[in-house]
Amino acid sequence: MAPIWKASAWELSQQLAQGTLSSEEITREFLQRIEQYNDSLGAFIHVNPQALEQARQVDQRRRRGEELPPWAGVPIALKDNLCTSDQPTTCASRMLQDYISPFDATVVKRLRSQGLVVLGKTNLDEFAMGSSNETSFFGPARNPWAEDRSPGGSSGGSAVAVASGLAPWSLGSDTGGSIRLPAAFCGVLGLKPTYGRVSRWGLVAFASSLDQIGPLARSALDAALLLELIAGPDERDSTCVNQPVPRYCQVIQQPLPKLRIGWVPEQLEALEPEVQQAVQQALKVLRQQLGAELREVRLPHARFAVATYYIIAPSEASSNLARYDGIHFGYRANEQEVLAALRQEAQRLAQAGDHQAVQELDSPLVRLYRATRSQGFGTEVKRRIMLGTYALSAGYYDQYYLKALKVRRLIRQDYLDAFEQVDLIAGPVASSAAFALGEKTQDPLSMYLVDLFTVGANLAGIPALSLPCGFTGEGLPLGLQLQGPLFSEALLLQVAHHFQLHTDYHIRWPQLTEGNQRTHDRNGCQQ
Amino acid sequence: MSEHRYELVVGLEVHVQLLTQTKLFCGCRNQFGAPPNTLTCPVCLGLPGTLPVMNQQAFQLALKAAVALNCEIAPVTKWDRKNYFYPDLPKGYQISQYDLPFSRNGYLEISDPRGRFGPKRVGIIRVHLEEDAGKSLHDETAGQADSRIDLNRAGTPLLEIVTRPDIRSPEEAKAFLTELKLLLTYLEVSDCNMQEGSLRVDANVNLHIHTPEGTVATPIVEVKNMNSFRAVERALAYEAQRQYHQWLSTGHRLGQVPKQTRGWDDQAQITRPQRQKEESSDYRYFPDPDLVPVTVSPEQIEQVRQSLGELPATIRERIQKQYGITPYDADVIVSQGRAVVEYFEKVAQVSGNGKQAANWVQRDVLRTLKERQWTMEQFPLSAEQLGQFVARIAQGRLASSRAREVFDHMLRTQQDVDTAIEALGIQTVDEDTLQELCRRLVEANPKVVQQVRQGKTKALGALVGQAKRENPNVDPRRVQEICRQLIEQAEA
Repeated sequence: MAPIWKASAWELSQQLAQGTLSSEEITREFLQRIEQYNDSLGAFIHVNPQALEQARQVDQRRRRGEELPPWAGVPIALKDNLCTSDQPTTCASRMLQDYISPFDATVVKRLRSQGLVVLGKTNLDEFAMGSSNETSFFGPARNPWAEDRSPGGSSGGSAVAVASGLAPWSLGSDTGGSIRLPAAFCGVLGLKPTYGRVSRWGLVAFASSLDQIGPLARSALDAALLLELIAGPDERDSTCVNQPVPRYCQVIQQPLPKLRIGWVPEQLEALEPEVQQAVQQALKVLRQQLGAELREVRLPHARFAVATYYIIAPSEASSNLARYDGIHFGYRANEQEVLAALRQEAQRLAQAGDHQAVQELDSPLVRLYRATRSQGFGTEVKRRIMLGTYALSAGYYDQYYLKALKVRRLIRQDYLDAFEQVDLIAGPVASSAAFALGEKTQDPLSMYLVDLFTVGANLAGIPALSLPCGFTGEGLPLGLQLQGPLFSEALLLQVAHHFQLHTDYHIRWPQLTEGNQRTHDRNGCQQ
Repeated sequence: MSEHRYELVVGLEVHVQLLTQTKLFCGCRNQFGAPPNTLTCPVCLGLPGTLPVMNQQAFQLALKAAVALNCEIAPVTKWDRKNYFYPDLPKGYQISQYDLPFSRNGYLEISDPRGRFGPKRVGIIRVHLEEDAGKSLHDETAGQADSRIDLNRAGTPLLEIVTRPDIRSPEEAKAFLTELKLLLTYLEVSDCNMQEGSLRVDANVNLHIHTPEGTVATPIVEVKNMNSFRAVERALAYEAQRQYHQWLSTGHRLGQVPKQTRGWDDQAQITRPQRQKEESSDYRYFPDPDLVPVTVSPEQIEQVRQSLGELPATIRERIQKQYGITPYDADVIVSQGRAVVEYFEKVAQVSGNGKQAANWVQRDVLRTLKERQWTMEQFPLSAEQLGQFVARIAQGRLASSRAREVFDHMLRTQQDVDTAIEALGIQTVDEDTLQELCRRLVEANPKVVQQVRQGKTKALGALVGQAKRENPNVDPRRVQEICRQLIEQAEA
């Protein structure tokens, strides 16, 4: 029998239901692997010390004959921007380094009520702002296929955990590609659902109109099951749509209908040759093996998507992150130091006879805000707060934010028009395979351009997934993106499932390095 | 120094707390006076991962107020974030309404029952709904610069009502606020209690000064910290004087200096310059992506209109006509609220005499309520009982001289009027008896008769006194009348 850690969540569920495996055995195996590899991979920020105990409890309940779903006892990893009441929720930020939420996110609550066992909280870019996982206060997660490379971000830890067999599946969040990019870079399947499909209650907000929680898994079937468990209306989130949840697991296993699949020529032209080949190969599978008719489609405003995204997302973020002021919770700068510095400054100005400047000095409160936020946030978060603050400022609002909203509508319309002609659109997730850690950190703009193919779905609110579709000559995984109309998750997953029936990219495993061989870079973390 | 004629120009910004069960975007109770920070939850504390969900009841109350203020209701309205840092604002932004308020372009009619200014319409620019902030308590005693924060109020629903600069005097401002408060309490939208902060007023004030060279507008000053309607009146009167003298000494006109904020100091009875919370007022408004737009259908508006009931202005006019009472009486009764109006109307109907009913309700009943701190509902006499009582007076079966006595007795015992009259031994004295009594008195008091003939009509009082001693039931006015006639007849 294959080792437990290689089994899919679906297979584990069957074994649990049949009683051939216990949750304790499964959980122990994953915990052992986390112990073994997390130091080198940096996938988890926090490992749940209660996991094993929680697994035993599920086993007991099952043994007592309690009616439990098959997946009760299957472990899962959660991105560390999903609130959990029993573990820290840090968002990989110094600001929330010790923060424990008083409540569970809706998705966490739903998973717990289904008996899933939380292994721990996975690494991410600070507040999910980044495409490489390098902005994490705790240091980057590493790509299991090449540890000097980025796993992609922001849900890097969630992708690494699944790709490395540290968790059978995981949850991430996607604001501009944050599930799909790491899924592509790590060779797993990641789905960003339709905006409003999954409740955002308990997801620490980055950009509220774009954020969406979604599954990362190896197989389309696992992703379908996980989506089924977390989707559906929630009275705590007014943007969560009141629409019934399909039985994704059943639907995707049905034979494929005759499909019209669109592809965008400009997208393919923009790719590195190996990526281009892989995507073309995947299109061929869709046509030949899955019987789809391929059609060229246009997304005329797609070239404005990154610019639009980097106005809207930072604008919302600048407001969403205002609450981290050190007053009510989270990191607070040392008040005595702040006061002392202010006094010194006042004295210096007074001695220089600049009484006007003394009058105009900030209040201690303003100084405390400033010190707290300067120290508590990392560079990228601060950059985005400043970008957003600027874009929303009087005099610039019309020029930037309002214009971005208008372009966003055009981008959405592009998709609506395209989906008149095709059932879904296939294409690349990124123009290259995983890039090297540090390669883009000095050039934020090149980092932002990594999101070129993924932000469109967030701006339009449509579902999109990334599934493994090949490898580079160096052995780095590549992803194929499928985008569909609003609430077409079932179709996207069905195509992905059938694609996986004809390919084996999703069941290849990276060669892992054991921990301690590499000292985990803690990137300014003072622990 | 030449004196100029000038006009005071005032626009008001009124914040009113809504009488909802719960806060605007979470399930916490909306209640005044609970121990600090006991009415909070992750949402109103602004904890990471929380989301607001709109309270339907709050929106419903807001609609009621706006419809009653004759506003146009927007078919679609949205929520915006107003961003600023302050410790009593846990999210770092306030959820409010910016460019698409749910209502605008309304008005409220005001008039002065004493006629100091004619009836007029004060325009309402907009009414919008927003969440309130918490409270900061600054304890600066003993050199401590401690600040404490109570977030019970954070997230409670607040209605902001902005008037056009249509108000021309402190009296008009007070009349507007009084009428607004009356309207909103009638609608049970708010209790408008200024002490508890459920009604707060800021005023934008300037002068239009008439000079030989034309009309000059002085810079607009925002006046805050007015804690009663009286304070508003006084602050505006003070501000008019101050701005006039300021203009005389500086010549500053509108637009030449930045807008100033001043606070009313009730102790010193002056306004003082205030330091602004935020130096810059760029609130970076943008649509709140956590909330969905709210749509309001014409049917919904119509339903709200139906639910308003009769409003104060209409009631005032109607009861004046229906019961033949003065505008002043109508105003006093209506200003007491729906319960008193209903009570009065029943009394007027039962007694068949609106004027008398108004007199008794607005004098004796209201005085009693005030003295005993009763609500109308707690008043021990039913409208039916008081109606019968007023009827006896109107019918002449109870002399007004003894009515007060009967009223007090009824109040004590809750007896009906006839039982009370009997209990007090009050009987009507028939005309013959009365004539006979007066004749005897005139005959027995030649001195008095003499004085009256000399024009000292006051002397008649002695006869009345004697009459009352002989028979307490006599109507003193009738005694005086009959005696005078007898004396005059004898003379002729």
